[in-house]
Amino acid sequence: MARLAMAVTALRGRIRWSRGVVLLIAGTYFLLPMVCSVVFSIDVPGQGVTFDAYTGILGADGFLDSLTLTLELAAATVVSVLLLLVPALITVRLTAPRLRWVIEVVCSLPLVVPAIALVAGIGTVLRWGPDHLADTPLYDTFIAIQDPDFPVVLVLAYTLMALPLAYRTLDGGLAAIDLKVLVEAARACGANWPRAVLQVVLPNLRGALLNTAFLTLALVLGEYTVAAILGYRPFAVWIVGIGGSQAEMSVAVSVIGLLVTWVLLLALATAGRPRSARTKTTAETS
Amino acid sequence: MSTDLSDVGAPAAVRIAPALASGERGAVRPRRRRVPHWLGVAPLLLFAAVVFGVPTVAMVFGAFTTPATAPDGVQATGANMSASLQGAYLTALIGSVKLSAVTALIATGCALPIAHTVVTSRFRLVREAVLTASGVLANFGGVALAFAFVATLGNAGVVTGRFDLTEHGWSLYSFTGLSVVYLYFLIPLMVLILTPSLEGLRKQWREAARNNGANAFRYWVHVALPILTPALLGGFVLLFGSAFAAYATAAAMVGSSVPLVTMQIADALSGNVLVDQGNVALALSLDMVVVAGLVTAVHLPLQRRSARWLD
Repeated sequence: MARLAMAVTALRGRIRWSRGVVLLIAGTYFLLPMVCSVVFSIDVPGQGVTFDAYTGILGADGFLDSLTLTLELAAATVVSVLLLLVPALITVRLTAPRLRWVIEVVCSLPLVVPAIALVAGIGTVLRWGPDHLADTPLYDTFIAIQDPDFPVVLVLAYTLMALPLAYRTLDGGLAAIDLKVLVEAARACGANWPRAVLQVVLPNLRGALLNTAFLTLALVLGEYTVAAILGYRPFAVWIVGIGGSQAEMSVAVSVIGLLVTWVLLLALATAGRPRSARTKTTAETS
Repeated sequence: MSTDLSDVGAPAAVRIAPALASGERGAVRPRRRRVPHWLGVAPLLLFAAVVFGVPTVAMVFGAFTTPATAPDGVQATGANMSASLQGAYLTALIGSVKLSAVTALIATGCALPIAHTVVTSRFRLVREAVLTASGVLANFGGVALAFAFVATLGNAGVVTGRFDLTEHGWSLYSFTGLSVVYLYFLIPLMVLILTPSLEGLRKQWREAARNNGANAFRYWVHVALPILTPALLGGFVLLFGSAFAAYATAAAMVGSSVPLVTMQIADALSGNVLVDQGNVALALSLDMVVVAGLVTAVHLPLQRRSARWLD
């Protein structure tokens, strides 16, 4: 018996030790490129340590425009992803379970059509505008969604591209709560439908909603393919544009972009934390 | 009748009874009838039909027709498709599939221990830090990632210079190099995908296995992994899709000698190499869709069969 206990303790010790190694290796692999990027951007051969790459960013040509455009696109995309998916998923779980596979297939479709293939298709469709639709009211729509100041066509494409991950995240969140019981309880207490969803379901889905927003946000911040091929100039396209002539600055901007994303996500994560922590404590004490 | 009962808060059994009698599968139905089933689902389906459907149809149509600029106008043809499956285009397609499969497999293998460490960690800080980091890194793909690796392991990179890696035969612009870069966003992505499933593994299952005399290894092989299989498969397919579709990373790492189908499509679309290859680009896109579709089709039935455990 004592032997068994020792074996268990030894096993425990080994497991704890192995998890340290796992984190160490992973940490090294994931931190190294960031450290090297910083070194690369401040340690210029022949000039020594200089922060020119960073100080020059704000004044760089097109920086602010591309950043603003990207942030606007990101906000619009996050809103449309949530507005499309949340009602659909709640409906499917509550009243139309037979439609579930339809939603799953629809949300998985973008996985089957890569961004580059999608943009090849979109480009073809957009060329129909001047070619075939010049005399119809649809033509104005075609022009409007391609407005260079705010290309709606990019929001549409990004929303579609965000669906697979957003679906998985939200669906996972919905699976973790007892939606039926929650809604029935709310309805039994006299809440109408919108109230039951807004005040009972959504707060319980907070984590999943925030995660979905993260993923979508990050997708838009880094998206290059669709924008580049359709000829728009959001952040990622701008970085590649300067990469050829100013390698240090493009790496510096990448570093800053990463830091900003990180801070943003941390802020969102902290915003979502107090409630979940509270729920956990109540669950443990009860 | 049933509506009245549920309104006065009758016991569940009484409310369910009429529903069952009338052949209803769900439990408490009557109140919900007022909300049409399709109302919540319709916007999503409409959106998908327009934004996904129209470009896809245009792509398939273009893949099998001659371009409008051709002498005879738009004609049905198989030439685009056969051109897309020959020579450099075929090499690129195979290169993409190989790179995606290898990186997705390695990433799945690396992410499982990380996700497990995170889920079972005693320290909430570790957990939150790793998950937030994964959220950032999984989407760090594309341009910024390419620049970070060029700065690290590229020809003028910091690590390359410090350790004279070039003399040891290292090149970031090779298959191995590109794999190392891809893993950087694939592993965190898999950690994000696996964490909820690992959290779904109940403590009781592990305890039950231990009570029945299973050690950690047997618990993993006979209980945890079978339950996790759908998540792992689903994750693998997602990773394959991400790697297969990746364009920005390779595009920003100019000088990459690895042939990738996405690069070929972009070149053909922009007419960089040959003029008027637009419809071949559409045919190549269709090839990509077929490959990605086959991979997805393989995992769907498997996933549905065993997904019930973690649901």
